[in-house]
Amino acid sequence: MSAIQTRNNRVVSREDIPLLPIDQFCAFLTDQSNHGKRPVMFFGLPFEDRTTDEVIVYSIMAHDESSSLSITSCLMKRGESYPSLTQQFPAFHIFERELFEQFGITPALHPWLKPVRFDYRRLDESSNIINYPFFHMEGEELHEVAVGPVHAGIIEPGHFRFMCHGERVHHLEIQLGYQHRGVESLFEFNGKKGRRQIPIQLAESIAGDSVIAHASACAQAIESLSHCDIPLRAAAIRGIALELERIGIHIGDLGAIANDIAYLTGNAVFGATRTLVINTSLAICGSRFGRGWIRFGGVPFDIDESLRSRIRATLEKVEHDVVLMGETMFSSPNVLTRLEKTGILEHQKAKDIGMVGMAARASGVQLDVRSDHSYGIYKNFPIYKITLESGDVFARAYIRYIEIRKSIAFIYELLDNLPQGNTMKPIEMSLAPNSMTISMVEGWRGETVHALITDKEGNIARYKIKDPSFHNWFGLALAVRENGVSDFPLVNKSFNLSYCGNDL
Amino acid sequence: MIELIVNVIVLVLMPFLYVGIINRVKSFWAGRKGPSVLQPFYDFAKMMKKGEVISTTTSFIFRITPSLLLASTLSAALVTPIIRHKSILGFDGDFIFFIYMLGLGKFFSVLSAMDTGSSFEGMGATREVTFSSFIEPAFLIILSSLCLITGYTRFDDIFPQLTGNPDIVTLIAGLSVLVIFAMILVEGCRVPVDDPNTHLELTMIHEVMILDNSGPDLAFIQYASSAKMVILASLIPNLIIARGTSLLTWIILYLIIITVSAILIGLIESLMARLRLIHLPQFIFLLSSVSLVVLAAIIVYTYSFGGSL
Repeated sequence: MSAIQTRNNRVVSREDIPLLPIDQFCAFLTDQSNHGKRPVMFFGLPFEDRTTDEVIVYSIMAHDESSSLSITSCLMKRGESYPSLTQQFPAFHIFERELFEQFGITPALHPWLKPVRFDYRRLDESSNIINYPFFHMEGEELHEVAVGPVHAGIIEPGHFRFMCHGERVHHLEIQLGYQHRGVESLFEFNGKKGRRQIPIQLAESIAGDSVIAHASACAQAIESLSHCDIPLRAAAIRGIALELERIGIHIGDLGAIANDIAYLTGNAVFGATRTLVINTSLAICGSRFGRGWIRFGGVPFDIDESLRSRIRATLEKVEHDVVLMGETMFSSPNVLTRLEKTGILEHQKAKDIGMVGMAARASGVQLDVRSDHSYGIYKNFPIYKITLESGDVFARAYIRYIEIRKSIAFIYELLDNLPQGNTMKPIEMSLAPNSMTISMVEGWRGETVHALITDKEGNIARYKIKDPSFHNWFGLALAVRENGVSDFPLVNKSFNLSYCGNDL
Repeated sequence: MIELIVNVIVLVLMPFLYVGIINRVKSFWAGRKGPSVLQPFYDFAKMMKKGEVISTTTSFIFRITPSLLLASTLSAALVTPIIRHKSILGFDGDFIFFIYMLGLGKFFSVLSAMDTGSSFEGMGATREVTFSSFIEPAFLIILSSLCLITGYTRFDDIFPQLTGNPDIVTLIAGLSVLVIFAMILVEGCRVPVDDPNTHLELTMIHEVMILDNSGPDLAFIQYASSAKMVILASLIPNLIIARGTSLLTWIILYLIIITVSAILIGLIESLMARLRLIHLPQFIFLLSSVSLVVLAAIIVYTYSFGGSL
């Protein structure tokens, strides 16, 4: 056995995870990738105490058709080198960069070995945000345009550097890391006496636009490690929360896309409609972005009869407005000329670089955690994958429009069939010792993964977070190639990736 | 004399109101209460009181440009006929003066943008120059055609000849209105050519060129660009209102037409998306084609049919 098979939200004992030598480890991952599996996680854990320079590298490969995850591991040393997997399978590229940055484990012949986020625990302290090795092109007619990290709008910091030939972008390099807060290590046990409380509020603040997604992933991971099955009613309400978040953000994004092409009507209508949706979250849990809605053991806010009819009435109004505006916008020729054939990310490229989520589905990649690695209420109320083929801004905007309508229908269904019972189950926070669990959630942006490893005492030894943006930033860089530089903001908005989700 | 006084009043006040009306229409359409029609004036007053920050990398060009832009735009305004086909300082050949005064202002704003050394502003300057070089022929052709058919080279004399004349002339005047209206969109940096409200530096044309300006300089630039829209818009009533109309009727009709043009711009901004940058030349070439049609019509009319005014 080279790997242990598991599923989303199952707990495996660390003793059962095979520890392979480097060459077998690489051969195994190559074989798995050749057989249609994709990397979901690939990260290092300092071995036992942090004084030695040994690192266990865990790899989690997903087989989406059979909903299975295979975990394997390998013992490497800091400063060691191994043959890069990125050469053959570009989906590993960002993971290998991260591993290199954190532990100095060099993937030999990696084509793009650059810093990811300037982790505060990085091995090479001399590599910092000022001396980032930018790709450089030279030529009489070429010019560079640098944007950020401080932008004109209210957006997160990130630096974009365009290599342009006139108005055409040849290459875009995205440098992130300005939002690095060390979230992962705040979850981890810091060696002090007494078991620390695990703050779910921390998970809520990983990315402010994916509060529910990250909080659900964190809650599920902790619940499976403490062997706590939440009541079905709580799972259903978590489903409503996640879909409301999706609807709210998608509508906001459609408005933002309309704003970027100066289509005032779209911006105004979608903007106003989004408020209705996030105010529904406010009515349920007291926060427009769903903070406090998800807690370990369930949800502290029940949806009673009057609230249920209120949600339904609001969503009917939202659906009406979104359909009206969506049909107008997506049949308006001057909008379509802006969206169609702009920022195309071809299917093969999207698949190769490991794109996930809504942006991947717009390029025809069949990935949706809700149906591939179904969890919570999605086991009882299945979701069908929606994909579009063209991979341009239009596809990424239109897939939002479809998903909004599907999610509204899904919430109707849940509201009509809300299971009876409690919404909270008392949870004893004693995590299974020496174990590992993987919790995957399909947030609005895509696959949100939290992987937890506990030590012998049941403390969190490693809390690894993966926001979908981690994969998708590279997709954005590829999509703007050979487009006009003036279309970049539009392409960027159509992906709407998270800076802090990447920087952690 | 009274016309001149009215002209001065219109020139001073209309630029504020014009932008105010456009913004009001947009906010009405978006379902917002919207700012007062006089908001551009309040902004102007506020900016005039502020200090300014001038980048140390800039030269004197950056400093003189705002004043120069305002001066050149107002010089062009002096020869623009406003009420009863009368301009303040009209002279023979003033249509050339008009075009080149606008051109001078644009030339210096491009230089000033390049002067800052910012790659954004350089990009904006390239775009501005590219699209200007497409739009200027259209404007020059249409004005020369009007000179050709009327036999005058002075705005004050050209326009009165065009109203209440044979059908062909009405047609020409109609096409000219179309071109001039589109000129307002291009020169005023409105949708579908440019987006005056965007915060996205990479998509901007005009706005990106003034990123470094602040305080009174910015007030001058914004006033100058609204004034440019108003003087172009003022050509439209002059093409439509017949000579001999009484002063009061003139003023009322003028205000109505100007307001309608502002409302139209507001509607276009509300209902249309901006064109993709690479499609802009097509839009502008359309104007050149219409101008050429006007020129051809005039040549055929004058030389083949012996028509004249």
